[in-house]
Amino acid sequence: MSNPAKTRFNRYQTFNFVNTHPVIKGNVDVSHGTVLYMEDVSVSFDGFKALNNLSLYINDGELRCLIGPNGAGKTTLMDVITGKTRPDSGSVFFGQTIDLLQMNEAEIAQAGICRKFQKPSVFDQLTVFENLELSLKADKGAWVTLFASLNGEQRDRIDEVLEIIGMTELRFQPAGILSHGQKQWLEIGMLLMQEPRVMLVDEPVAGMTHQEIDRTAELLLSLQGKHSVVVVEHDMAFVRSIAKTVTVLHEGSVLMEGTMDEVQNDPRVIQVYLGE
Amino acid sequence: MLLKYFSNDKESGVVLLILAAVTLIIPLCNLIFSAGSVFYFSAYTVSLIGKYLTFALLALSLDLVWGYCGILVLGQGAFFALGGYAMGMYLMRQIGDRGVYGNPDLPDFMVFLNWKELPWYWSGFESFPFALLMVMVAPAILAFVFGWLTFRSRVTGVYLSIISQALTYALMLAFFRNEMGFGGNNGLTDFKDIVGYSLQSDTVRALLLMSSGMILIAAFMVCRWLVKTRLGRVVTAIRDQESRVRFLGYRVEMYKLWIFVFSAILAGLAGALYVPQVGIINPSEFSPLVSLEIVVWVAVGGRGSLYGAIIGAILVNYGKTVLTGVLPEVWLFTLGAVFILVTIYMPDGLVGLWKRKIGEINHE
Repeated sequence: MSNPAKTRFNRYQTFNFVNTHPVIKGNVDVSHGTVLYMEDVSVSFDGFKALNNLSLYINDGELRCLIGPNGAGKTTLMDVITGKTRPDSGSVFFGQTIDLLQMNEAEIAQAGICRKFQKPSVFDQLTVFENLELSLKADKGAWVTLFASLNGEQRDRIDEVLEIIGMTELRFQPAGILSHGQKQWLEIGMLLMQEPRVMLVDEPVAGMTHQEIDRTAELLLSLQGKHSVVVVEHDMAFVRSIAKTVTVLHEGSVLMEGTMDEVQNDPRVIQVYLGE
Repeated sequence: MLLKYFSNDKESGVVLLILAAVTLIIPLCNLIFSAGSVFYFSAYTVSLIGKYLTFALLALSLDLVWGYCGILVLGQGAFFALGGYAMGMYLMRQIGDRGVYGNPDLPDFMVFLNWKELPWYWSGFESFPFALLMVMVAPAILAFVFGWLTFRSRVTGVYLSIISQALTYALMLAFFRNEMGFGGNNGLTDFKDIVGYSLQSDTVRALLLMSSGMILIAAFMVCRWLVKTRLGRVVTAIRDQESRVRFLGYRVEMYKLWIFVFSAILAGLAGALYVPQVGIINPSEFSPLVSLEIVVWVAVGGRGSLYGAIIGAILVNYGKTVLTGVLPEVWLFTLGAVFILVTIYMPDGLVGLWKRKIGEINHE
């Protein structure tokens, strides 16, 4: 059975250098400057198209903001990248060589794509310190973990992250007692511990005070260059304060991409946000 | 030094000391003092305490998977029974030609079924070390296969509980069949000796109690160590936020699998210690009711503390001994009521109650 729409589109030929090199573990090939490729990705839930032939490219080291009205597919997009949801069609590559659709969540995380969830998800029963310890970039096999202990360098790294997220005094407190905003910060700290190549940050400032929002903006800005950061956020003031490039999603596809000013003055975007 | 080691966890230290005392004093008193002395413990008491200790080990094994990893296994009895059967097979081979039919090669029930030779899976069980190995290997294999299939397909929560219950129920039905070669509904019994010594002798009973106590203590120490390693913290994290752990790069199914297999080995050891002390193993040990009872022990004691499971198992079983002696027909109702009351009023069991009281005292 041939579907003309599908045969016309060979997903491996859009960029002919994609997937031509053998995969080397732990080595992300970004020689063309792009760290994340999503091409023609579609996901549907019971007939509802959450993502509709979406194509998106994230440059190595950039900070990208994703905005869009509710149901535009922002969270689904993160689910696809991190292996939580399998797309019906399309391809997702990490660098030019790593096919994320062949990997499970744990493998993707180990390869260097980490995620902060919309709802802060820290381990309430463990202390702040232990939350960071578990996030540490290390061999995560069961046997190794059984006998693992922290070396000086790793302790320093945890101390450093505690400092960054301002929780040095709270290190031995269980994460369950933290406020909503503090949990958000702890989860960002957990991302930092993993030293990821790509950070997907879903609604980082929800429930934060103005001061906390400003500090978050500062932190995210300081990360670009070293990490590629993709931020999904509803708070437009916050997006404006950090974004160079903004991608607007609408009904599962990219509506437009540009600077915040371009985006805000675009008639299509205004229509999508404000209705007719 | 011991006190210092337990300074953060005095309760564990106290439980350990009591266990050590019971393990040493009761068997010694039984052997040294004669009947009539106030210090004398009867053979019945020795066997009874020995049995409680094996139940405590079984509860410990469940607490590890349920309390720490959040897997509510309603079929833990299956591993206990498998360990028990492995030991029972060895004890059957020890009978030799002293059975009713006097057949030196075949256990009585096989002669009765007109079998001519020992089935292949009975070979090797004349050796004690082999039987001990099987006590651990058989439950481990079952747990591995079951865990591999369920954890990889991400079966969790109530579905996993129900499947595990179905597993033990299916095994019960299988072991009821005579063709299985495990003695059908009579199971394995009429044991005579263990490693050449009579099971009826006081010394052997005392030694069995001591072994149960020492293995319980060792298992308790190992479990305590285990939950305090980084692996233990990953397992706790899996209990609270399974998918988040996956996104940190841990292969959750492997962690669950190894904890589950280790717990099954402990349950198998408990079964193996139980069988020589009660003198019988039959398919009723596979019944879902037995597995549910284990859950009640752990719930009463308080899950997620290890020592709570030990306390719960011993208290509930003591209650069972007393009550089934006085009013046998009300025991099951009592058990049900205890479970409901504990779930509603003491979700953290006796340990939780104790911790709250201590907290209140410290506040004042």
